[in-house]
Amino acid sequence: MRLFKFRGGVHPDGHKQASANKAIESLPIPEYLYVPVQQHIGAPAEPEVCVGENILKGQLLAHSQGNVSAPVHAPTSGVVHAIENHTAPHPSGLPVKTIVIKSDGEDRWINTVTPIDPFQLSAEEISIRVGAAGVVGMGGATFPSAVKLNLRNRYSIHTLVINAAECEPYLTCDDRLMRERGQQVVDGIRIIQHALGAEKVIVGIEDNKSIALAEMTASAANYDDITITKVPTRYPMGSEKHLIQTVTGKEVPARALSADIGIIVHNVATAHAVHRAVRYGRPLVSRIVTVSGDAIREPRNLEVLIGTRVSELVAYCGGYKESPSRLLMGGPMMGQTLPRDEVPIVKGASGIIALSTQQVAEQLARPCIRCASCVTACPCGLLPLEMASRSKKGDFQGALDYGLMDCVACGSCAYVCPSNIPLVQYFNYAKGELTNKQRTQHKATETKRLAEQRIARLEREKQAKAEAAAKRKAQKAAERAAKAAAKEPAKGKSEIAQNTSGQTAEKEISA
Amino acid sequence: MNTLTAQAAPHTHGANSVSRIMLIVILTLVPATGWGVYQFGWPALNVLVLCVASALLAEAACLRLANKPVGLFLKDGSAILTAWLLAMTLPPWTPWWIAVFGGTFAIVVGKQIFGGIGQNVFNPAMLARVALLVSFPMEMTFWVEPKPLFSAGAPNFMEGLAITFLGVPSLDSVSSASIIGHVKTGFTQGHSVADSLASGQFDIFAQGLGTVAGSMGETSALLIGLGGLVLLALRIITWHIPVAMLGTVALLATLCNLIAPELYPNALFHLLSGGLMLGAFFIATDLVTSPSTRVGQLIFGAGCGALVFVIRSWGSFPEGVGFAVLLMNAATPLIDHYVRPRIYGRNRKGEPLAIKENNERGAS
Repeated sequence: MRLFKFRGGVHPDGHKQASANKAIESLPIPEYLYVPVQQHIGAPAEPEVCVGENILKGQLLAHSQGNVSAPVHAPTSGVVHAIENHTAPHPSGLPVKTIVIKSDGEDRWINTVTPIDPFQLSAEEISIRVGAAGVVGMGGATFPSAVKLNLRNRYSIHTLVINAAECEPYLTCDDRLMRERGQQVVDGIRIIQHALGAEKVIVGIEDNKSIALAEMTASAANYDDITITKVPTRYPMGSEKHLIQTVTGKEVPARALSADIGIIVHNVATAHAVHRAVRYGRPLVSRIVTVSGDAIREPRNLEVLIGTRVSELVAYCGGYKESPSRLLMGGPMMGQTLPRDEVPIVKGASGIIALSTQQVAEQLARPCIRCASCVTACPCGLLPLEMASRSKKGDFQGALDYGLMDCVACGSCAYVCPSNIPLVQYFNYAKGELTNKQRTQHKATETKRLAEQRIARLEREKQAKAEAAAKRKAQKAAERAAKAAAKEPAKGKSEIAQNTSGQTAEKEISA
Repeated sequence: MNTLTAQAAPHTHGANSVSRIMLIVILTLVPATGWGVYQFGWPALNVLVLCVASALLAEAACLRLANKPVGLFLKDGSAILTAWLLAMTLPPWTPWWIAVFGGTFAIVVGKQIFGGIGQNVFNPAMLARVALLVSFPMEMTFWVEPKPLFSAGAPNFMEGLAITFLGVPSLDSVSSASIIGHVKTGFTQGHSVADSLASGQFDIFAQGLGTVAGSMGETSALLIGLGGLVLLALRIITWHIPVAMLGTVALLATLCNLIAPELYPNALFHLLSGGLMLGAFFIATDLVTSPSTRVGQLIFGAGCGALVFVIRSWGSFPEGVGFAVLLMNAATPLIDHYVRPRIYGRNRKGEPLAIKENNERGAS
C-alpha cells in the first residue's frame, strides 16, 4: 500500500523493550475500587445505586446523561461502600464524584450472555449496544464511541482507519493486545466497519511492532477489505490527523471532522472493547495498562479493573525503584501528571509511567534562540516559536493568527527545543485564556441580546395595551353611538347624537 | 508517596541544548583555527584569546547590569562563539585593542543591547567586524603572508606578544594584500582580472588550503567547508542557506565571467577566496538572525549570495560577506512575516482546505 509522509515529527527514545515482551497479566481484584462517574469527554454519568446496595459485576452504576456521555458499570461484584468525592486522575488533583465499591472477591457477573452475531444487527442496534456498554475512545481521548458510530447518519463514511500506531514511548498495551488477542480485535474492527458502512479498513501499525503486525495480518487474512499497514515509527503517528494523512494521503480540512472527508478513526483497544460489548454484551469494566518507566521495578502489561488505584498496579510491579519525580497517566509525550498514586485507573488510562529524577532532569527554560527546531518538528506546519512568544506576552490574538487552534498539542516542539521552553504549556495557557475570553464575550452578547429583547417586549406590551385601550374606547363609543342612534331615530338629528357620544366618551376617559 | 507537582507534557526531552549547539559549532571551527594559528603564528592565537576574553567580560558585565544569572548564561557558550567567529575574520597580526574593542562591541552593541541571547537582529560578530572595518580601515586591511609557526622568520612566542601589544616592527616588510583585495585594486586601476591574478599569483590549491594572506577564516576554504559539512551532518544547520548563498555567488560569477571574462573572475575564485565559505556555513547560518522556515532560508541565502557578488564586483570594499549578511539580517523579520509553512488542513493562504466531496448527508 502506498504511504504518504507528513511533515515534521520527532523520534523520541521508544523505551518499549522494558515491557514489550511481558504478556498481559490480570491484576488480582483489589478490595476497594474507586469508579469515577466522569471518565469521558462530555457530561458526567448520574449514579443509579445507593450506598449499601449489593451489586454484581457489569451492573449499571451510573447512567449517561445528554447526547455526549457514557455510562459506567460495576467492575466487580460487591457492595457500594460510598459515593463521595475522590481525587481524580487529572493534573489538577481536583475531586470528582466517585462510586466506591467494596469487592466481595467473587467477581459474579450480573448475567450470562449468549454470544450473538453482530452482523445480523442493524447499525443502529450496534451503536446502542456500544453506548450502553460505556465504550469510549481508549487511546486516551475518551470520546464516547457510540457518538462516533452515529456519525454515519450525517456523513457517508468510506474508510475506517484503525489507530494501532502506539507512537508514545513506553506504552506497549496495544502491542500486547494485538499480539495476544488479534482475532478479537479484528472482530471488533469488523463490527465497527459494519456499523459505519465503510467500504474499507486500514489498520496502521508502527514498524517497531513486527510481531503484532504479523499477528494482525494473519487474523485479518480472510477479509479483503481490511488492510494491515506498516507505518513508519515517527511521533506523532498516532495523531488522528497524521495517521489519516499517512495511510490515505488526505488531510482533514481545518476546523472540520475527519468524517467530512469520509474517514473515521478508532483506536485498536476501542475495537477490542466493541467486540466484547456487541458480541458478548459485556460493558467496559477493565482495560490493559502498561506499567513502566525507569522508576518501576518490574515493568508489566496488566489487565486491570476500572477503578483500581494506581498504587496497586505499582505494588504488583514490584513497587518503585526510587521515588518517582513524575508519575504519568498515558505516555511521556502527551500524558498527564498524576498528583499521587491513590488515583484510580479510568477508561482512558493506557499507561502508568513513573519516571526518575534522572529521566526528567528538570531544565530551566532559557531564552528562545530562534533556532527553528520547533518549526522543523511541528507536524502541523506551525511556527511554535512565534506562537509561544505571543502567548508569553499575552497577545493571544497574535498567537491565534499564527494558527494556535491548529495545534494538536503533540509536544514535538517542546521535545526538540534546545532552550527547554515549555511550549505546550504556553499554548494550553493561551487556548484557555481565549476560551475564557470567548465565554465572557458570549455571555456579554447574550446578556445584551436578552436585555434588548426585554426592552422590546416591554415596549410591545405597552403598545399593545395602548392599542387595546384605544380599540376598547372606539368600540364603546361606537356602541353608545349605536344605542343613541337607536333611541332617537325619529329625531334624525345626527349632530345631537354625535355630541352626546362625544361627551360620554370624555366621561368614560375621566372615569 | 509525596504529592507531585503538575507539569505540562511532554515529560521527555531530546538531547539538544543551547550549549551543545554552541560547543559543536566551536569544535567545527577548531581545525580551521588551528591551521590559521599554524600559518600566522602566535599573534593569531593572541587575537583569538583577546577576543574571547573581552567578549566574556563584556557579557558578564551586561548580565550583571541586567540582573540576569551570570554563570548560567556565560556557560551557554554563545559569547565565546561570537568572539571566535569575529577573531576568524580579523587580520591575524592586528593590534590588541582591535581585538578587545571588537569583542566588547560584538557583545554589548551586537547582542546585549537588544536584550541578550536570541533577541539580536544582526549577527553580532559581523556587526563588530563591519564597525571595525569602517572605523579602522588601515588596521583592518593589514594582511601578512603566512609564516608558519617555528619556521624561519616566524615570530616566536615573545615576538608574537610584541606584535600584538606593541605593534608590527617594520610594516612594509610583512604587509601583503589578500588576493581578493588585489583583484579589486586592479579592477579600479583598469587592469584585467587575468593580469591581477597573474601578478597576485592566484593558486587554487593555495587558496583552498589557506597558505595565502588573509584572516584565519578567509584562508582555508577547505577546512571551513569541512567544518560546515560536519554541522550539516549533525543537523545543527540545514543545507538551505549555504547552498543558496554559494550557489547564487557561483551562478552570478559564472554569468558575468562568460559575458566579460576580462572584468570578472570565475566562480571558483569567488568561492575559494575571501570569507565566503565561513560566511555561508558559519555566519549566515546563525540561528538567531536567519529566517525560521526552509523557503525563507533559501531566500535569505540567495540574497546574501547576490549581495556578496554585487559588493565584491561593484562596491567600494573588496569583501562583502559582512555587509551582505547584515543587510539580509535586516530583511529576516520581513521574510519570516511573509514566508510561513503551510498549516495542516489549510491551503497556502491559510484558509481551510475545501471539503471536496459533498459528504454531509441531509439532516436525517
